[in-house]
Amino acid sequence: MNDMRVLERDVDANATKIAARGVQVYYGDTHAIKDVNVDIQDKTVTAFIGPSGCGKSTFLRCLNRMNDTIDVCRVQGDIHIDGEDIYDKRVDPVQLRAKVGMVFQKPNPFPKSIYDNVAYGPKIHGLAKNKADLDDIVERALRRGAIWDEVKDRLQAPGTGLSGGQQQRLCIARAVATEPEVLLMDEPCSALDPIATAQVEELIDELRQNYSVVIVTHSMQQAARVSQKTAFFHLGNLVEYGETGTIFTNPEDPRTESYITGRIG
Amino acid sequence: MTDASMPTSSDAKPRTPLTTVDARTKKRKAAEARFRMYGIAGIATGIFFLIVLLASIVASGTGAFQQTFINVPVYLDPAKLDKNGNRNPAELAKVSTFGYTPLIQEALLTQVQNNGIETPLEKRGDMKAMISASAAAQVRDVVLGDPDMIGETVEFRILASSRVDGYLKDRVKREDVARDKNIDAEHLDLVDALVPLGIVQKTFNIDFITGADASESRAEAAGIGVSMIGSFFMMLVVLVLALPIGVAASIYLEEFAPKNRLTDLIEVNIANLAAVPSIVFGILGLAVFIQFMHLPQSAPLVGGMVLTLMTLPTIIISTRASLKAVPPSIRDAALGVGASKMQSVFHHVLPLAAPGILTGTIIGLAQALGETAPLLLIGMVGFIASNAPDSIASGLLDPNSAMPAQIYEWAKRADPAFYERAWGGIIILLLFLITMNTIAVILRRRFERRW
Amino acid sequence: MPLLWLTVIVLGLSLVGYLLGRQRAMQSASGDSRALHSLPIYYGMNALMKAVVPALGLMVIWLLAQPLVIENRIADMIPASATADDTNLGLVMAEVRRTAEGLDNAVAAGLMDEDTASNARADITDVTARLKQAGQVVTNQITQPVLRAAQAYRVMSATSNTIMTVAVLLVALAGAGWGVLQSGRDFRARNVVEQGILVILIAAASVAILTTIGIILSLIFNTIEFFRLYPAADFFTLLEWAPSFSGRGGASSLGILPLLWGTIYISIVALIVAVPIGLFSAIYLSEYASPKVRGIAKPLLEILAGIPTIVYGLFALLTIGPLLVSVFGKDGVGWMGGGRSVMTAGIAMGIMLIPFVSSLSDDIINAVPQSLRDGSYGLGATRSETIKQVVLPAALPGIVGAVLLAASRAIGETMIVVLGAGAAARLSLNPFEAMTTVTAKIVSQLTGDSDFASPEALVAFALGITLFVLTLGLNVFALYIVRKYREQYE
Repeated sequence: MNDMRVLERDVDANATKIAARGVQVYYGDTHAIKDVNVDIQDKTVTAFIGPSGCGKSTFLRCLNRMNDTIDVCRVQGDIHIDGEDIYDKRVDPVQLRAKVGMVFQKPNPFPKSIYDNVAYGPKIHGLAKNKADLDDIVERALRRGAIWDEVKDRLQAPGTGLSGGQQQRLCIARAVATEPEVLLMDEPCSALDPIATAQVEELIDELRQNYSVVIVTHSMQQAARVSQKTAFFHLGNLVEYGETGTIFTNPEDPRTESYITGRIG
Repeated sequence: MTDASMPTSSDAKPRTPLTTVDARTKKRKAAEARFRMYGIAGIATGIFFLIVLLASIVASGTGAFQQTFINVPVYLDPAKLDKNGNRNPAELAKVSTFGYTPLIQEALLTQVQNNGIETPLEKRGDMKAMISASAAAQVRDVVLGDPDMIGETVEFRILASSRVDGYLKDRVKREDVARDKNIDAEHLDLVDALVPLGIVQKTFNIDFITGADASESRAEAAGIGVSMIGSFFMMLVVLVLALPIGVAASIYLEEFAPKNRLTDLIEVNIANLAAVPSIVFGILGLAVFIQFMHLPQSAPLVGGMVLTLMTLPTIIISTRASLKAVPPSIRDAALGVGASKMQSVFHHVLPLAAPGILTGTIIGLAQALGETAPLLLIGMVGFIASNAPDSIASGLLDPNSAMPAQIYEWAKRADPAFYERAWGGIIILLLFLITMNTIAVILRRRFERRW
Repeated sequence: MPLLWLTVIVLGLSLVGYLLGRQRAMQSASGDSRALHSLPIYYGMNALMKAVVPALGLMVIWLLAQPLVIENRIADMIPASATADDTNLGLVMAEVRRTAEGLDNAVAAGLMDEDTASNARADITDVTARLKQAGQVVTNQITQPVLRAAQAYRVMSATSNTIMTVAVLLVALAGAGWGVLQSGRDFRARNVVEQGILVILIAAASVAILTTIGIILSLIFNTIEFFRLYPAADFFTLLEWAPSFSGRGGASSLGILPLLWGTIYISIVALIVAVPIGLFSAIYLSEYASPKVRGIAKPLLEILAGIPTIVYGLFALLTIGPLLVSVFGKDGVGWMGGGRSVMTAGIAMGIMLIPFVSSLSDDIINAVPQSLRDGSYGLGATRSETIKQVVLPAALPGIVGAVLLAASRAIGETMIVVLGAGAAARLSLNPFEAMTTVTAKIVSQLTGDSDFASPEALVAFALGITLFVLTLGLNVFALYIVRKYREQYE
């Protein structure tokens, strides 16, 4: 618990990065997210927890407009990042996603080399001036993804040949290569073994130095380990949002308490 | 580590606000729009080709369903047709079509003169170019059917020649007739004069649908009816052979086959046979059925057997898919009440898969109906000029043609009048295919089960 | 006895067997079907199957073997002199058969009595004349050995037919009797019947193997026959295709290369038309189109696949050809002589292949996991960037497979090239010139008037085997690639 108090101090210092107001999401006729209001802070790990199907992943995908790729999905309400409405008609989701990176549940390296996997983002966004620059970006991203030492000798090997944990760290490196400001992680450890999970969690904690990290997780222990803020979702509602320590030790809402103590979920 | 020790470039580089689209994104958006257009262009081109194809079929083929006839009262002169005057059928039959031709020409000439049409064509023989060569046979058949007509003047509706027909259908142009030895401008003038009188008349042509093929010089008399019967016989053979064999093979492979070399071999064979060019099946038919087994050429039975071998893979593949779609729980339920494996398959699985099997079979039949190449090799292009009833009686072993083979025959002939027939034949063929596919779609919709 | 009647009698016998078997089983259980091992129907089926299957099987085998056995015997009767002067034995045998059939028909038509037909000393000129009178096709003059052989052929056929009829009926009777005798209350009829059905099912499944064997044997035997008459080296290397129509052998140049060139050229044109259109359609349908657009556009494109090839052939000959001539012909650019050309056939074939390429590619693009697309979108890639840089590279092996399958289709296509490509074999680069293909020549060599045993006709089988090997190889290779590709994402 000592540890947690230190984290709390950090949180206070950071400004609001993402502000969501009255967000409603519909999948066809299903009302998946009901009136969610939340402020997510910069340089903080925010965890979304809740039972399956509670809408936490859906809400996460609203933050970089990944839901746009699903035809039947409609989003209402306001989400502002750095004060800009990301659902403004003038906003190009492509530009948005460069700013809000995402890591997925299952490691999904492209069937290309490790180098090309990481270089893909910078290439499409035109971040590198030349080859040397691109090499730099790739190396920096791989270092930040805490996988550089493992792959530096085989950058041209296919990314799909790595182990599950390495693949996921490669995907994180791929996401940070475009130099996002927010990193969304959708259950990044659910497909990994405990050792790989520990490595990724350590990485997430480091990433907090530079990014606002939002992580969806099934595991309450993981949320407690990596996050400073926690939001509990239930049946499409944001039930409770606050300091991770508070949520886990002294929740206000009985539903949160039931979930934390294992009675629902 | 502190924030200061590891500055990110995102801090260093000022971002453009999200609401303003930067130049690079604009370029990427344009590339995106272009790429999307390629896709739309691809589909549009495909659909454009489809429309052009269907339009040219309809535009060129509908003419075949219309035919030009000449309505004339023909005096059946006893002096020519029945010299002995005893109406003896045997003697009447000895008068060939050459005996009738002058009577018809005379009749038309009389009509022309009676109606006061001015034309330089004053001789009986001048009428030859107007009348189909098959008109005489048509009149003769009627007379032989009822000899008492002889001596009377009977109203006939005889076929006009192919050129007259083509003139009324805009196929034969005035500027081209100078080079045409079969007709000239005077005849066309005469046609123009006869049309308002109702003597030359273009009407619906049932004979095209029911009739038999005609020789090279009589495009106007050719019909697709007999080859339709040939196709029908072949489809019958395909249905009778391919459905049971296909279903039995599928049941074995899907339900009983152990995992062994033989099963693998069969599977590989089926997969490969599905991709063997149809002409190879024609070679097989020629070598095995005709050369080796000495079955008759041009017989619907042989054609049907070749098409059976060709459609079997299609039927087996679709039947297996519908057997696979029946959930294992049904089999388990049957086995659970003590049915044998065979009983569970025949009593429960097969009936549930039947609609799917039927759909696959119909689609296989449709494929077989349109197939041409193997039929050419086994000679399914028998020239059958006799009319429908005779050949219905003759059945599976007598020479016949098939619709697509008949269309091919017409397409090969020199006279463009046959092209119209070929297109018309295609319309009929496509109507059959559309009907079959519609039935298949309806069956699938109706009985489709989601497990 | 006509086969139809024989079959009907066998079926009748089996039906009687069915009824008796059933009845006997019921009797053995003193009318109480519960006492039986199996349902009564199985006892009947047992007898029925035992009667029908062996009897009809025997009949089919007999009918297949009979001509072979008889011809073997007849062949001995024909003196070597008759086949010496470069006449093939097969030709003589065909004549024997024709004569025998002619005799049969003449007797049936009442133009010849049985005595004359079978009289060994019958006057040849008289017989020939009578046959001609009966409307039977007879080659110039029947020779003495041929007539003798034909007569022997008739006799043997007749004897063989009688023996077969008796044998088949005996087998049916014995089978039915056996089945009926077996029918007792403890006889495990259901198991026996089910075993029998299983055998029938296996036999049906083996038809696929038999077909392949049939194809391979008929191609190989005739090809060997062809290479005996014509040097294989010439066939594979000659740059000229010029079959002689009158002479036999010698005068003909039968080189496959010009035909292969025509085939490949037309297929390339077809693929140039079909692959971009089909691929872009597939990309649009699977990545961009709304379900509604997809629901309309996909079936519309697939109509193209349901249209018989003869229609495309006619479309090529009568629509595309004239259209091309009006642009590239003598009134236009002047590159094109007639309506038939590589382009004419290639374009029509391309249109035919569009749905083939598009639906195969559609399947393959859909097999690329959504997670890869998400990964790319999550990095801020646009749809087209995702497609070009992630989806297509991932789908590439599958698409290559699809294109190879389309190529195999194009190579094996017949009707379009028969009508649209032309008849002259030519090694030329001008796509507006008429060329011909392997398939078109198979049709023309086997439907022409050339003698069936001549190299001009037999060459079709050598062409056929080339075609078979080519398409089969492409297919096996393509299917292998596609399967490997699918396994990767399963």
